[in-house]
Amino acid sequence: MDSISTGLMEAFRLILTLDSDLVEIVLLSLQVTVTAVAIASLIGLPLGAWLVVNRFRFRRLTISVLNALMGLPPVVVGLFVYLMLSRSGPFGVLGLLFTPTAMIIAQVIIVMPLIASISHQTIRDLWAEYHDLLISLNASHAQRIKVLLWDGRRALITAVLAGFGRAIGEVGAIMIVGGNIDHATRVLTTSIALETSKGNFAFAMGLGIILITVAIAVNLAIHTISKTERASTW
Amino acid sequence: MVGGTTILPLELSGVIARVRGKQLLGPIDLTIGATGLTVVMGPNGAGKTTLLRVMHGLRRISGGTVNWAVEDGAARRKQAFVFQSPIMMRRRVIDSIAFPLILHGMDRKSAKIRAEDWAIRVGLGHVLQDWAPMISGGEKQKLAVARALISAPEILFLDEPCANLDGRSTREIEAVLKQAEHAGTRIVMATHNLGQARRLASDVIFVHGGKILEITPADRFFNEAKTPQAKAFVQGDIVE
Ligand SMILES: Nc1ncnc2c1ncn2[C@@H]1O[C@H](COP(=O)(O)OP(=O)(O)OP(=O)(O)O)[C@@H](O)[C@H]1O
Ligand SMILES: [Mg+2]
Repeated sequence: MDSISTGLMEAFRLILTLDSDLVEIVLLSLQVTVTAVAIASLIGLPLGAWLVVNRFRFRRLTISVLNALMGLPPVVVGLFVYLMLSRSGPFGVLGLLFTPTAMIIAQVIIVMPLIASISHQTIRDLWAEYHDLLISLNASHAQRIKVLLWDGRRALITAVLAGFGRAIGEVGAIMIVGGNIDHATRVLTTSIALETSKGNFAFAMGLGIILITVAIAVNLAIHTISKTERASTW
Repeated sequence: MVGGTTILPLELSGVIARVRGKQLLGPIDLTIGATGLTVVMGPNGAGKTTLLRVMHGLRRISGGTVNWAVEDGAARRKQAFVFQSPIMMRRRVIDSIAFPLILHGMDRKSAKIRAEDWAIRVGLGHVLQDWAPMISGGEKQKLAVARALISAPEILFLDEPCANLDGRSTREIEAVLKQAEHAGTRIVMATHNLGQARRLASDVIFVHGGKILEITPADRFFNEAKTPQAKAFVQGDIVE
């Protein structure tokens, strides 16, 4: 009990004094996650829409694969990316292992199926609504995708935020491919794991508070957006 | 008509529409010529919507042919359709009306100027900036008519465009349709509003049980319908 309260005090001190190690870790976390979610969205959102407006042979199969990928254990993704990027792997020459880029790659793989799958469901409902109109107006496939993404943007932001929530809290994959190297690839989740195992609870808790704050903020944003979507005025 | 080649006449021959083996429509033989305002009448479930969708190419046919005077892609660009339940995009009223123009390459500013003009013509001037899914049922139908007419189609299909409209709004829409007709737009409209059919139709297609029972000039349909079903329908009786 005592270690918790002193830990909390120390945690707030670290946050309020903007401890430089803490700030560095937070910034790297945000940088990796924001980049990964941006890339995953650029692929996942159009993919979700594309899967709705195109009827092709392996469409159902593709959607099932996407849904299956969504449930992929991050550790396994980490292992896979590790093998790809390790010196003997096919992309070993790029020397990306244990860099933030490797962590971004892993997170894109983890988060993209989630974003694609959620946006697919959203867009499918909108397409059912718009179908006759867009066909009647002779909209091309690219135009259909564009219109659906634009008019569904509020619901799609929820998909992106869900991806962000998953990425920022992820630990297994980025631990493997990033290596949790001080001042290089140490992010919120990996250093919480490390500091806890070292018995350094104050620092771990400071990081934990920040992580929880970010997660709550994202959830609040999702909640607010889905609420305004029903009242929809933008 | 916007000059140049015309997509009319439209010819249907031996057209059959089925859903999972169940025949909804046909066989239909029909020509939609270059001029006039054709009203498609018939009781609920007769096949009016199905017929219009087949003509517009929204429903695949299981037999027969649907031919325009030009190739299908070119014909589609000169058609417009107003659906039985209006489809409201999640946009403002003015942006919804401007949508077909912007989709086909007009710059936003000119498209919006025209959209405003059309909104006022159908009586939506007071809700220009409102969110389209939020306006009233009748206003949605007016929006759909404006959105269909804004691209100056050569032929306009309307599926019960006045179903939710009060008397005054119905007259407003009818006036707009008459103007469009005078400007050269061919109109094919489904309705079971007899009064409206009398006011607008130059000829009538009477559909029953998926088949066309009569195609006649309007005055003949209302005064001397041949089939007992059409007679009953004109008299406001229940059609068996
Ligand atoms: N996709 C479908 N699957 C099964 N049956 C259908 C389908 N579409 C239409 N039908 C049936 O075809 C018949 C004709 O339908 P349609 O919508 O063309 O009638 P309608 O004349 O427009 O009727 P209303 O006046 O009620 O609009 C109806 O019996 C309807 O149930
Ligand atoms: Mg109908």
